[in-house]
This record gives sequence, C-alpha cells and structure tokens, in this order.
Amino acid sequence: MFDKLDQIFVTALHWLTGFLPAALQPVVSTLICIAFVMSVFPGVFALTTVLERKILGRIQNRYGPNRVGIPFTKIRLCGFGQFIPDGIKSLTKEDIVPRAADKVVHFLAPVVMLIPVLLSYSVLPFGKNMTITDYDAGLLFFFAVGGAVEVSVFMAGWSSRNKYSLLGAMRAIAQMVSYEIPLILSAVTVVMVVGSLNLSQIVAHQNQYTYGIAHWHVFTPWGLVGFVLFFIASLAESNRTPFDLPEAESEIIAGYFTEYSGFKFALFFLGEYLGMFAIIGLGITLFLGGWTSPVSFLTWIPSYVWFLSKLMTIVFVFIWIRGTLPRLRMDQLMNFAWKFMLPLALINILVAGIWHYMAADWQRWLVCSAIIFGAYAILGRGLMQNQNFGKRIYRYAE
Amino acid sequence: MSPFFVITGIVTLLGAAFAMSLRNLVHCALAMAVAFSGIAALYLQLDAQFVGFAEILVYVGAIAILIVFAILLTRSGEAPEKSVLTSGWMAGIAVSAMVFTILGWAVLNSSAIPKETPPAPVATVKNVGDALMTKFVLPLEIIGLVLTAAMIGAVIIALKEETNNENPGRKS
Amino acid sequence: MLGEQIIKGMAVTARNFFGSYVSKERLTTVQYPEEHLAQKENTRQFPFLVYDGDDWEKGLRCVACQICEKECPPKCIYIVKSKDKKPDYKGQPQLYPATFDIDISVCMSCQICVEVCPFESIKMDTKFELSTADRFGGLLLTKDKLAKPNSYYQEMHPHDAADSDAVIAAEKAKAEAKAKAAAEAKVKADAEAKAKAAAAAAAAPIAAPAPTPPPAK
Repeated sequence: MFDKLDQIFVTALHWLTGFLPAALQPVVSTLICIAFVMSVFPGVFALTTVLERKILGRIQNRYGPNRVGIPFTKIRLCGFGQFIPDGIKSLTKEDIVPRAADKVVHFLAPVVMLIPVLLSYSVLPFGKNMTITDYDAGLLFFFAVGGAVEVSVFMAGWSSRNKYSLLGAMRAIAQMVSYEIPLILSAVTVVMVVGSLNLSQIVAHQNQYTYGIAHWHVFTPWGLVGFVLFFIASLAESNRTPFDLPEAESEIIAGYFTEYSGFKFALFFLGEYLGMFAIIGLGITLFLGGWTSPVSFLTWIPSYVWFLSKLMTIVFVFIWIRGTLPRLRMDQLMNFAWKFMLPLALINILVAGIWHYMAADWQRWLVCSAIIFGAYAILGRGLMQNQNFGKRIYRYAE
Repeated sequence: MSPFFVITGIVTLLGAAFAMSLRNLVHCALAMAVAFSGIAALYLQLDAQFVGFAEILVYVGAIAILIVFAILLTRSGEAPEKSVLTSGWMAGIAVSAMVFTILGWAVLNSSAIPKETPPAPVATVKNVGDALMTKFVLPLEIIGLVLTAAMIGAVIIALKEETNNENPGRKS
Repeated sequence: MLGEQIIKGMAVTARNFFGSYVSKERLTTVQYPEEHLAQKENTRQFPFLVYDGDDWEKGLRCVACQICEKECPPKCIYIVKSKDKKPDYKGQPQLYPATFDIDISVCMSCQICVEVCPFESIKMDTKFELSTADRFGGLLLTKDKLAKPNSYYQEMHPHDAADSDAVIAAEKAKAEAKAKAAAEAKVKADAEAKAKAAAAAAAAPIAAPAPTPPPAK
C-alpha cells in the first residue's frame, strides 16, 4: 500500500502514456515530466516567497504578510495567498527597457537565465524511480548547465547600460566563479567514495541502514565538512545573504537586474529561486541521502515527501541565515573563498581518500576527524588573524 | 542526418558566423557561446556525455565569460564605426579556401587513416576516467603542472608591488 | 574559533522566531484595522464642534462669531450666521451658525481655531480614519457631522475638557451671579422704590437714599 503511494506518480505516468501509440510515448512522457517540473517547483517558489517574508518577520518580532488568502472570500490562510496578487502585479506592470539598452540581449537575458536552471532539474532524483533523465554523468551535467547561468547574468548586466547593473554583474560573476570551485570540490568527495557521477547511484549508495540509521554521507567526517562547504558555496551560488553582494540593495540597487521591470523581473526572481532549489536539491542528493529516510522505521513515508521536506528544511535554514547575518565585503568574500574554503575542500578530498582506504572501524573516525578538526582550527585562525577589525582607512578619500 | 543534427548544426554554424561578423565585440563573444553550446549538443548526440558536458562547463561557463571580461576590461563597449571586413578580405578567403582544399586532399589521401570505419568506441564517463588515470596519466599530470605554473605566474604578475611606505591603506 | 559568533547570532534569531509565536509582548506591531494603539491624549486631527445636552442643534456652543473663520490660515472654515437668535447656555439670546463647514482636505490641523475661540465651542478631534471615495463631498464636513457631544470630548481629552468645562462653569457662575445680583438689585430697587414711594407717601421731604456702592473694579 505504501509502496503504491510511493510510486503513484511513476504509475500514473505509465498509465497515461499507455493509451498512446508507442512512437508517441517518449515524447508525451517527456512533456509530462516537463509539466511536472514547471508546475511543482514554481509552486514551491510561490510558497517560499511568502514563507520567507513570514519567517523574516517573525525573526524581527513582527507578523509577516497575513492578510491575503483566497481571492473574493474572507479566508485568509495566514497570508499564504500573497503570491497571487504579487504575480498578477508583476504580470501587469509596464515592461520598461532603457533607451540605451541593447534590446535583443536585454530581452534574452531572463530567458537564458531560466533555461539552464530548469534544465538542471532534469537530473535530480525527486523520489524513488523519479529521475527525469538518468544521465551517467548527471552531476557533471548539473554543474555544466549551472555554469551557463553566469552568461545570462553577464548579458543582463551588460545590456542594461547601467553602471549598477554592470557592477552587479561583475560582482556576481566573480563570486560565482570563485565559489564554484569549492562547490565542485566538495561534491568530488562524494564521487570518489561512491565511484559514480550518476545521481541515482549516489542516492542508492546512501540507501542502506546500520542499526536503523541511514548511511547518509553527512554522517561521516568528510561528508559533514563536504556538506558544510557545499552549503556555504550554494548560498553564494544562489546569491543569498550573506553573499548577496551582486544584488546588494543598499549599494547597487538590485545588481544586474536593476533595469528589469514587470514580468522580466519576475522571471529573474523565479530563476534565482529555482536555481536555489536546484542546488539545494543537489546538496540533499549528495549528502543528505536524497529521497531516503534517515531512520529505517520511517521508510514507509513516500520518497518524494522526504525530498520535499528536506528541501523545505534547508530553505528554512537559508532564510534563517538571511535573517541573521549581515552582508560580507568583497575582499572578505574572496578571502573566505580562496583562503578558507578552497584549502579545506582540498584537505577534505584527502580525508575522503583516507576514509575510503582505511578499515571500517573506530580508527578511521579518529584519524579523519582529527585531520579535519586540525585543518579547520588552523585555517580558521589564519582567516581571523588576517581580519583588520579596526577603523577602516580609505586610501583615496583623503 | 537526423533533424536534430541539422538544427544543432545550423545553430552552431550561425553562431560561429555571427561570432566573426558582428560589430560589437560582446555580441561576438555571446554568439561564440552559442556556437560552443551547439558543439556540446553535437557531442551529446554522439553519446559522448563527458566531452559534451565538459564543453559547456569549460567553454560556455568559463572561456566565454573570460573573453567577455577581457573585452570589458580593455575597451569600451561601443561598436567600431568602420566595417568589420578588412580591405583584403577577398584575398583572405581565397587563401583560406586554398589551404582548406590542400589539407583536406592530403588528409583524405593519407595512408595513415584506416579505410573502413572503426566500430564506435564506448565513451562512458567511467571509460574516460579509467583512460585518464591509466594510459594518459602522464600527459594529464604534465597538463596539471603547466596549468599550476601558469596560475602561479598570473598571481605573481597580479601581486601588489611593495614600493614604499607612502601607501596608507589597510595593513594586515 | 571561526563560526562561534555565527552560531550565537543564529541562536538569537531563533529565539526571536519561536518567541514571537509564544509571547505576544515580543511583537512590536499591531494588526491595525482590528487593533488600535492607545492614542496619546494630545493627539489632534481635525476640528469639531462641541454641544451640551442631548440635542446638538439646541446645545451647540458656537455663536457664529466667525473669529475662527477669519483666523484659519488655509481658510477651510465657512460660516453663515443665522437670521434669528436662540438662547445659549447662559440663557442669553445669541446667533448661531446656519452653516458651518470645514473642508478637511484643506485643513492643516494647526489648532488655531481652537486657540482663538472664546466660547470653547471648537475643539480638535482624534478620528483619523476619514478616507472616502468621494473627493469633494466626502471631505467637506457640515455642521451635523461636526457636532459632537461634550461627553465625547471629555472622554477623548479628559484634561482639556475639564479645563474648558471649568471655564464654562465659571462663566456660567459669573453670569448667574450677575443675574442674581441684578435680580437682587432689582428686588432691592423695587423694595426701595416701594419704600420710597411709601415714605414719599408718608413724608415727602426726607433725605434721598444712600447711593449704592460702585462695583469693585
């Protein structure tokens, strides 16, 4: 019974395509999968926009939006209908294109932003047997299409002919390029241990239980460090606080999408959030066991429920961090990436190798934990010593 | 020739043509990114996943961005007034066509290439990885060394010159 | 160690997050249309007219002296005097405003009309939810909309209302005293006149009565 519930979407897809001639089946099945991604994740995005405002409000000791519910009724739903008027508003707003802008590139940028982001969903395993295209090199595909987002950011920033847009784009690309390295290096550890770039196999590797506890990678020393590094790098990749320099409102208005309005702005917003969900989804797949349950007696809960609940938990942590930390300065950002995260990621690869080749007993726990802790302490101290917390002197101001 | 191959081929060729002929250098760079993506799609069509994804990751994600940044940092974004074609473009085309013909003729008549098509190799990611770590491990290491040297050189060139104590900037 | 302070900060925000669901005192905002913040006593928005008693037409304190109309800086008050008179709280016959309009879209809440009014009849209201879809008629408050009972004023501004009540009571007392004195004087004068008449009737050549003392300055 629970198995059937778990596989309900897969069964439904087979049942639906079963009515069609064999030649049409792959096409229709692909279209249904696209429709699934295009409906579920924008829906999650819509809820997240409200959730984010509500959580930030509560962190600041106020109510968030709590008025708009179902339209034309008195039902308020705690304000979770807020995204409907927001969407209508952005759809009906005037689309302003600056006169000096490069019209074609300006128009294409949001589209180019959204395509790779949506493509990256095609390799994520949302549940048991629920991977849309099970590429052998799924992880590589994810990072490859993720790299294409930078092009769209540059297109948006350059074509607007606005100094803030260009500054935002420069910052965004510098940040994305810098943080892509620890992101990929922290994922490499998982590839080393599992021996595959296929995301379904990575999940299957974590879907084993000892004493009722799953073999999630985050429950190992290298996995924990890898997860933390991945988490920080994904914060930076999705331009979230404290790494939101590309769109720092107080400095450069909205960064690379300053000159976008109306629905194009909404597309950027959507693309940014969908990219965030995708990268969180990848982090879940790599380190948090994908769609598996953490303890063996909860395996009856459907796999997609596990995936979505993990996703929402991490989104909550993202919002929590946004409500806590201030924005970094550019030099702090770069220092952190190159002097702390990159060495730690490299050491973590070494540790993963040691873990792989040592016998599975308490000794490898001790050795790996000791190396990681020592590296963390030394690197952390080095990073803190280089900070100058005194009064800042502006070289060219006086 | 499948329709997919025709479409990707046309997109790739158009991208390459625009990369040569457009006036604005940034547009050229973006057109080149399109051409790179088209090449990646062609690789994927040949079932070479690793090469295809690496093409996108390296060329679209890194090289195109690098070119664009170089253009931005070295000159203004204004399009040049004069034509993109030089005065002797006809001669250039003639020379390049000639070179292409001779090379093509030489390659086709060479005895080094086998006459019958070899069976398509299975190029899964695992195979590529195995080959890199066994047969081609020395070239890989040498490339890694060269790249490291290049990177260190770049860092040294970009290092701030410690000239004098007049600089009242922040000290660590 | 690196990260220690981040954990501390996260703990603070987490405490705020969960605390705001548990204790209402943490929340710094109110749900406005349903909840209102208690207003400060000196709040003022737009003027209104005070009346005594139950019937606003009878009890209106305003005597249409038009001082406020003349003093109003943006000229938002419009008064038409009545043709007839009606008794005020002192019982004196006074004019009353046949028309008294305040355009609150023009009013700037300066309170000068309140300062200059010698009859304690125009005061400042605290009502601020006056938005209307009608741009002209909806923002033009006529006499019937402006008139509000003294009890409302007492509730709204207890201290100011007590002062103004004291002034009115004093004036009333003064007027009553004056009336009483006048009545007594009248009675006395009547009595004297009677006595005089009687005396005159009794004996004509008697000295004139002592003059009444002049009123204290």
